[in-house]
Amino acid sequence: MANKEPLIRIRKKDDRPLYQKILIKVVFIVLALLIAALFINSVTKLNPLDVYASMFRGAFSTKRRIWITVRDTCLLLSIAVGLTPAFRMKFWNTGAEGQILIGGLVTAAMMIYFGGKMPNAILLVVMLLVSMVAGALWGFLPAFFKARYNTNETLFTLMMNYVGIQVVEFFVDVWDKKQSHSVGVINSETRAGWFPSVFGQQYLINVLIVVIVTAAVFIYLNYSKHGYEVTVTGESESTARYSGINVPKVIIRTMLLSGALCGLAGFTEVAGISHTISTQTSGGRGFTAIIVAWLAKLNPFIMVIYSFLIVFLNKGAVQIASDFNLNEYASDTITGILLFCILASEFFTSYQIVFRHKEEQ
Amino acid sequence: MKKLLSLLLAVLMVVGVLTGCSKPENPEGGDKPEDKLKIGVILVGDENEGYTYAHMEGIRAAMKANGLSDDQVIWKYTIGETQACYDAAVDLVEQGCKAVFSNSYGHQQFMQQAATEYPDIQFVAATGDTAAISGLKNFSNAFTNVYESRYVSGIVAGMKLAELEEAGMIPAESYKDGKVLIGYVGAFPYAEVVSGFTAFFLGVKSVFPAVTMEVIYTNSWFNITAEGETANTLMADHCVIIGQHADSTGAPAAVEAALAKGTVAYSVGYNVDMLAVAPHAALTSATNNWGVYYTYAFGQVVKGEKIATDWAEGYKTGAVAITELGSSCAAGTQEAVDKAITAIKTGTLHVFDVANWTVNGTHLNELKIDLTGDFDTDDAEDKNAIFDGYFHESEFRSAPSFSVYIDDIFEK
Repeated sequence: MANKEPLIRIRKKDDRPLYQKILIKVVFIVLALLIAALFINSVTKLNPLDVYASMFRGAFSTKRRIWITVRDTCLLLSIAVGLTPAFRMKFWNTGAEGQILIGGLVTAAMMIYFGGKMPNAILLVVMLLVSMVAGALWGFLPAFFKARYNTNETLFTLMMNYVGIQVVEFFVDVWDKKQSHSVGVINSETRAGWFPSVFGQQYLINVLIVVIVTAAVFIYLNYSKHGYEVTVTGESESTARYSGINVPKVIIRTMLLSGALCGLAGFTEVAGISHTISTQTSGGRGFTAIIVAWLAKLNPFIMVIYSFLIVFLNKGAVQIASDFNLNEYASDTITGILLFCILASEFFTSYQIVFRHKEEQ
Repeated sequence: MKKLLSLLLAVLMVVGVLTGCSKPENPEGGDKPEDKLKIGVILVGDENEGYTYAHMEGIRAAMKANGLSDDQVIWKYTIGETQACYDAAVDLVEQGCKAVFSNSYGHQQFMQQAATEYPDIQFVAATGDTAAISGLKNFSNAFTNVYESRYVSGIVAGMKLAELEEAGMIPAESYKDGKVLIGYVGAFPYAEVVSGFTAFFLGVKSVFPAVTMEVIYTNSWFNITAEGETANTLMADHCVIIGQHADSTGAPAAVEAALAKGTVAYSVGYNVDMLAVAPHAALTSATNNWGVYYTYAFGQVVKGEKIATDWAEGYKTGAVAITELGSSCAAGTQEAVDKAITAIKTGTLHVFDVANWTVNGTHLNELKIDLTGDFDTDDAEDKNAIFDGYFHESEFRSAPSFSVYIDDIFEK
């Protein structure tokens, strides 16, 4: 009796071939769409396919919508990629929100104070550099205290977000001319400090920046000595120390990079998209990017897929609200079902369910 | 493994069957013929949020009045005061809208940006204030003369004060230099709020002259907790009436709770009827009827004419109102209210009549308002709004501009 095998056992199985992993993911996404379809149909009596078609239109039906979907995907991706070096080190950087804001803030400051006073190309380069420096500073502070005093980086980076929000609030009041608590669109006539259109595409530069950053981070983490040090430090600090890695130095260096990349995302957002600054500039993307990074298991190329998925769902949400009067709770439910199924699929890609009496391999 | 695969296959087949059975999709997603007029609306919230709900009701009324069908108005819900607003506006233009409306102040800068890029399309930023100074022909603002309904709601409060005093129910602590203390929960120290509470105060004073008012700001348009706490602070200072210019039910609920414990305090709300949360404490609320504006503006779009750059109307056209009087209102309130509304409509009563208020003890005969948007009043374009014996609120631009503190209103 004591030796009787249980009916169902769970066995670790992380050596599945790629096609199986992809197949499992696809099945679960289809499953999510089915569950969501059932939900839509039972609650609203709408044809789920109409709803899905509407979501699709929200993201793709016009050239402009496609560009906006691409633009927003790139922005989210750039933040997720920016978080990756820190996460690879198992440094829980929850401070992307603040790093974006502060990068965006200095970008806006440059546009306000130097717009029209230097050639646009030079201004853009200066803006890019200062935004990275500002983001790096926001990343440096928690890293320094972690390296020096072993403070909790999750809380520290999280709290730095609120400092960032307050600093932005302050400057919004300084630059606000109409007591309206908003800066307005900066340089809306001169367009100084705005990303120029390239080949007639307003958002092409945004895309280029992200492509470069994503590729660079991938190479840095996987093919450089620094990247190796980051991985070893993440696996085990003791091992890293034993093998002669200067752990505090790696922590600070990696967070400077992570912060700088998030600051760069702030630059892209302000100079390339909204051309204004407010506490809404980061818009929660700093947190959404954490989900993206982890769903992709810190692989920058898989992050492209998840960034796109989340942006697609957002665009779809606005469209189904418009078409069918379904409010944000409906789209939140669909997003929830989808994310839940993706998480469930993670389980089935790494584990196997074994029934009693099945032959062990 | 084979079993698993066959299971997956089965699932996929079910999907295939379901997809196959459904009716074919219209590839254009129900896009309508190009010749049909379309109007786009960008809303900061949806029907779950009182402020936006009021706009939605107005838009529906306007659709009905102008004979617009459901597919002629394209709605964009929960659009934040960010780049999302610009994206939504341009998207609406691309869908063929001839006019685009937004309902929140923070949308304005993005609407203005879109307006500069699409000069053939009309853009309206409701509750905004930069249309006139933008110099754009296709960009407008709109605001109701809510100061009129605030004045009338003040009369309701004044009647209650008179009743309480006659019954000897106002506690001794509530008297300050012989004047009864009332309180006001303000959102931000902006002209819109100052104008509103001044109108409310003048309404109270028109019925009950010996009154003084304390104002506390929450620095938020919508914050249930902060509004409730602010109301509690005001009641701790012995304020007998709690007015508000903030969007939540926080203050009326706090007043109701205090009233139930024996504090003498009553609430005057904003936007929506507060009787549901404060059946005993709520007297009335000042509200807007946005349907009047949207009916006018949609009508202009249908006719192919320009929407007024600055639109502001009140009782005369029914754009403002007060909600149903609560059961705690004093006897004779309805008559006093009706009388005031008639007087406002016929133009015999002006809310900001200079005879009724002073600043540092003197009656003003000049008050310049900022019309250039730089928040000072020394530009040549800035105009004096006091003439014919009263301050002309919302006449030079639709957004409120009365921003001085009159005597007997103080901030702690």
